[in-house]
Amino acid sequence: MPIVRLSQAMRKLTAGDVITILADDPAFRADLEAWVRRFGHTVDSFENPEGRLQRAVVTKNS
Amino acid sequence: MTSDESGERTGAGLAGVDPALRRELEALIEARVEAAVEARLGSALEAKIAGEADAQLVARVHALEGLIGDARARLEAVEAKGELERVSILVFSGDMDRLISAFIIATGAIAMGCEVSMYFTFWGLTGIKKKTVYADKSLPERMLAAMLPGGASSLGTSRMNMMGMGPALFRSLMRKHNVESLPDLIGLAREMGVKMVACQMAMGVMGIRREELIDDLEYGGVVTYLGDAIDSKVTLFI
Repeated sequence: MPIVRLSQAMRKLTAGDVITILADDPAFRADLEAWVRRFGHTVDSFENPEGRLQRAVVTKNS
Repeated sequence: MTSDESGERTGAGLAGVDPALRRELEALIEARVEAAVEARLGSALEAKIAGEADAQLVARVHALEGLIGDARARLEAVEAKGELERVSILVFSGDMDRLISAFIIATGAIAMGCEVSMYFTFWGLTGIKKKTVYADKSLPERMLAAMLPGGASSLGTSRMNMMGMGPALFRSLMRKHNVESLPDLIGLAREMGVKMVACQMAMGVMGIRREELIDDLEYGGVVTYLGDAIDSKVTLFI
C-alpha cells in the first residue's frame, strides 16, 4: 500500500517539498496518478514503470 | 311655492314645470347621482382590492424569503459536508480475505482524504476480537464462543480454507508480496483514524462481550451506520 504510506509521509511535508517513493506494488503508477490528481501534487519523475521496484519523485503542492 | 323654495328640492321645484321637461331633468339628475355613487363605490372597492393585493403580496414575499433562507441554510450544510467526503463500510463477513479487502479500502480512502467509518456486525465482529471469554455466558453462548475464531489472526478464508491451510498459504503469499497482514492492517486503520463501530445487536445475539473486542471501539446500531452511510459518497457491504 505505497499510497497509504505516501499519504502518511506527505502530511509531515510542506508545500514545495519533494519526496521520493520506492514501491513494488504493480498498481503503483496508476494509483499514484489518481492520487496526485486528487490533491494537485506533481509527479516529477517515474522510473522503472514496468519493473518490480519503481521509483517516483513527487512535489507537494498544497 | 315658487321662488323661495330651494332649487335642490327638485320634486317641489319642478312641480310647475312642463311634464316633458321635468321627466328629462329627473332623468338627468338620476344619471348624475348614479354616476357619482358608482364613482365613489368604485374607488372604495378599488382601494380595498389594492389593499388586499398588497397584503397578499407581502405575505408571499415573506414566505418566499423564508424558503430562500431555508434553501441557503441547507446548501451551506451540504457544502460543509461536501468538504470532507465520507466512506462507510459495513463489515458483515468474518472471512480473512474479505476483511483484508475492507481494511485496504478503508486505509486507501483515508489516503484519498476521506473520512472513513467501518461497522462490524455478525461474523464481522470476529475480525475485531482480541480474546475469547467464557465466564458469565449461557451454554449456547459458550458453544458459539468455542466455535468462533479468536481474532483477526485466526480467521478462515472465504474459499479454499482447507481446514486452515488456506489462510496459512495466503499469509505466506501476502508476506512474499509485501502485503500487510490483517492484524497489521487493522492497526494501520486505527492509527490513521478509521472510525470503528461494533454492532451491539449482533454482540447481544452472539453473546460477544465488550472485553472480547479490541479497545477504543464505538458501539452502535443500524441507525448509527445509516447516519454515516446517508452522508457517505461511497458505502460498501463486505
